[in-house]
Amino acid sequence: MSPLTPSLTPSQTIGPFYHHALLWADGPEVVAPGTPGAIRIHGRILDGAGAPVADGLVETWQADSDGGFDHPDDPRGTPGGTAGGTAGGGFRGFGRCPTDETGSWSITTLKPGREPGADGRLQAPHVDVSLYARGLLNRLVTRIYFSDEADANAEDALLTGVEPDRRATLVATREDDGYRFDIVLQGERSTVFFAL
Amino acid sequence: MSSNVDHARSSLVLPRYRVPTGVHPELMSPDYGSTRLRVPDRPLNKMPLTLTEVTGPLLGEGRVRESDADMTRQHAGEPIGERIIVHGRVIEEGGRAVANTLVEVWQANSAGRYAHASDEHPAPHDPNFTGVGRCLTDSNGRFRFTTVKPAAYPWLNHTNAWRPAHIHFSLFGRAFTQRLITQMYFPGDPLFYQDPIMLAVRDEGARQRLIAEFDLAETVPEWALAYRFDIVLLGPDATPMEGLDNMEDPEHEEDDR
Repeated sequence: MSPLTPSLTPSQTIGPFYHHALLWADGPEVVAPGTPGAIRIHGRILDGAGAPVADGLVETWQADSDGGFDHPDDPRGTPGGTAGGTAGGGFRGFGRCPTDETGSWSITTLKPGREPGADGRLQAPHVDVSLYARGLLNRLVTRIYFSDEADANAEDALLTGVEPDRRATLVATREDDGYRFDIVLQGERSTVFFAL
Repeated sequence: MSSNVDHARSSLVLPRYRVPTGVHPELMSPDYGSTRLRVPDRPLNKMPLTLTEVTGPLLGEGRVRESDADMTRQHAGEPIGERIIVHGRVIEEGGRAVANTLVEVWQANSAGRYAHASDEHPAPHDPNFTGVGRCLTDSNGRFRFTTVKPAAYPWLNHTNAWRPAHIHFSLFGRAFTQRLITQMYFPGDPLFYQDPIMLAVRDEGARQRLIAEFDLAETVPEWALAYRFDIVLLGPDATPMEGLDNMEDPEHEEDDR
């Protein structure tokens, strides 16, 4: 091994026995339930046989409702004064939820605002997702967009770069109490995943 | 870069991260049976990185108690087993320490059983051992856990399959791109050759980086042996100079010129 350049540590699977280590009581609550503007995003995760992934872990990361990040690598600072975890309900940006025996997961969060993308143009509101599970030697990464943001979605660089017949797999469907986002791991209806 | 004075008002200068190749396991590794129905059967799409990916949760205080780092003192009595110290640093490629970042670990007990309802291996539970630890790295990226050495355990992947003893590690770094969940193994374990999870890391040098180093200097005489496990997260590109590419490509490590 090169003594001068530290080399990346490889990923390994989370395995099936992570629950007692990684779950927090408030993990699925990116904001406290009842916070004005709070939405629920939920869905199921299905494997190549259509069976629920019952031992997975979903993690989410997103901008606040102004499109800001409380983070030193956001060169814009903290716009709007609502980032920094002080948006309503102690907005954390990060969510963590296990899947249950039906493959279902759910988070409570604020709908993210728009933020500039790599080319400087505004992106559509989105939530980044990491999925971990037994059988996944590295996480799977996908993105949640929102079905009631059709105009923003139509000009989003990442979404419009996806094959047209697969874009819908990245768009959460509006429901009475929030949005539904299912993740399908294999087959004709499989969700788009990204290399990171 | 310094000659690029035409800053568009809307353009942002962000850290740049590459997509690593040749280090992480092949997702589709059929010898590990659980991959077969779970790994995507279409190629992964490209993702130009944006603010969302170069930022990430900076979790810390409030999630970790000082006692969380000593997994031998979380119950009324001490756990059975060989007491060990597991320590190391979390750094980025390029060498920068990842300070004040959350490290989460979990493991089986010294009989090879997890304190988890789904683990049905008929080895004893230890009422004095949960096998869960947390800490924040210090300003130099250092972490340190006290625990007992986990044992190997059987699983149903193939005939007479046994997982080598291991400790699971979860790291955040400072960016969504850097998030890493991995496993630490112990040097000299005779089970490596038949473990499809470890062997899914195809590159021999990369695989070696999953194995902790016995660390005599950090042992505590008459009390505990020590192992060192340094963890290297994906680093931002230091400069756009092309000449550095080969140095940072682990696939070229073995090219001894």
